[in-house]
Amino acid sequence: MEFALDTGNTAWMLTSAALVLLMTPALAFFYGGMVRGKSVLNMMMMSFGALGLVGIIYVLWGYSMSFGSDVGGFFGNPFDVFGLQDLSDTDPSNLLSGSGVPSLVWVGFQLTFAVITVALISGAIADRTKFATWLVFAGIWVTLSYFPLAHMVWGGGFLSGSEDGLAAKIFGTTDGAATVAPIDFAGGTVVHINAGIAALVLVTIIGKRKGFGKEPMRPHNLPFVMLGAALLWFGWFGFNAGSAGAANETAGLAWMNTTVATCAAMLGWLLTEKIRDKHATSLGAASGVVAGLVAITPAAGALSPVGSIFLGAIAGVLCALAVGLKYKFGYDDSLDVVGVHLVGGVVGTVLIGFFSTGTGVFYGGGWDQLVIQIVIALSAIIFSGVITLVVGLALKATMGWRISEEVEVGGIDLAVHGETAYETLGVGARVVTEVK
Amino acid sequence: MTKLVTAVIQPHRLDDVKSALEAAGVRGLTVSEASGYGRQRGHTEVYRGAEYTVDLVPKVRIDVLVGDEDVASVTDVLVKAAQTGKIGDGKVWVVPVDDVVRVRTGEHGDDAL
Repeated sequence: MEFALDTGNTAWMLTSAALVLLMTPALAFFYGGMVRGKSVLNMMMMSFGALGLVGIIYVLWGYSMSFGSDVGGFFGNPFDVFGLQDLSDTDPSNLLSGSGVPSLVWVGFQLTFAVITVALISGAIADRTKFATWLVFAGIWVTLSYFPLAHMVWGGGFLSGSEDGLAAKIFGTTDGAATVAPIDFAGGTVVHINAGIAALVLVTIIGKRKGFGKEPMRPHNLPFVMLGAALLWFGWFGFNAGSAGAANETAGLAWMNTTVATCAAMLGWLLTEKIRDKHATSLGAASGVVAGLVAITPAAGALSPVGSIFLGAIAGVLCALAVGLKYKFGYDDSLDVVGVHLVGGVVGTVLIGFFSTGTGVFYGGGWDQLVIQIVIALSAIIFSGVITLVVGLALKATMGWRISEEVEVGGIDLAVHGETAYETLGVGARVVTEVK
Repeated sequence: MTKLVTAVIQPHRLDDVKSALEAAGVRGLTVSEASGYGRQRGHTEVYRGAEYTVDLVPKVRIDVLVGDEDVASVTDVLVKAAQTGKIGDGKVWVVPVDDVVRVRTGEHGDDAL
């Protein structure tokens, strides 16, 4: 097959890749503003550290494990194009070859997804985690959980619409593909459910921050949080509209859906807060934005703009309610990775079964799509949950996850990174004495 | 003799208090950020549904050294300028000072004011 370069599509995919890469530093601000001033640098460094490490791993074996030749439906052969050495533009792993996008551009775009997925987890384990253990975890987890799941969903594996996949086994095949193919446009399962369940499993292994639920742990810089949310939204256009794989109408639809779902989710979150807490907060607006972006991610190419508004509003309300669960169940998911990414990812993935204009319940498509969406969401939860449990426990037994109590109380920034974020940390700060 | 007049006031009254004291002839004062509570107590803040009670509220503390003969008028001017009539306006108190030294010249007592 001959490769015909399409400069328009290629330009858009290069732009999208840069946009998605920006999301990881944006996440660093989103998370950094939410922790206390004594640990903001460590929080931001967890994102930057993941960026450094996963970026390299992706080029070495990550891309091959995600899109290389299938091994049992679960992962790609890691040595297929190890280090991208023998990667041609017509390589079968380049899913955008037909759109005239060179392989390296496709790899770069996918690399940025792996990076942000790992970084997302860090918000759950803020303030208390050894930096070295985090980096080792990032390398192992991305290899054992992210690459296989990306392969299963996007690389033609077990959770894709391939004729050997789970969906084909449930509702059969038509013309060599599943009759009812799972829909995960840009990563509801691969990115958000994957990171969200990993976060939940990790916090149960690592345990609570000292003083969780008793001492105040307020966001130290809400403007950072809003800045981060704004940059995430901007970068998300690359994430979702870029996942169209071309500069075309689907990209336009994904762009539009990404915008309106996010608007609706922000309003939904704020309304929930206004009713429950009497104030519409800036933290709520920023959180609602991210909840909406998460929920529309798997659905961005399959919904109408009006359907996206409903999806976003539902996600905003549900995520606003979900973030309170950690106090009820007593797990310290510090920055609500579970409440926003796991819940938002599941809401988006499952609601496709109702709102998909092609196959959804509300559009006369019957219940089959809904069943498939629930099955892939559950499969992702089980797969990632088990992998994370094994990796997390192994690291607990070997390197250990927790910094010493003394360091945790004094501030992880100074002890682990040898620096503090603010010259006047503590001076003039209001003292809070009680948490309810 | 010299007295130390200390006031803990609402931060938003600082500018008015400063100019009132200046107009009353006070030639120097020290301002610091403080936090505390009296009858006003604190307030609550809610972050992602978690409610925090903030007991200590921000205040401004002013320290002024004045001669005995000016204590009554300075205190009076200060209170008038700081007053809003609402809970949380703060307190003013006066204590005697044994000695004051101007660092630049080594002068003592009222000469150092």
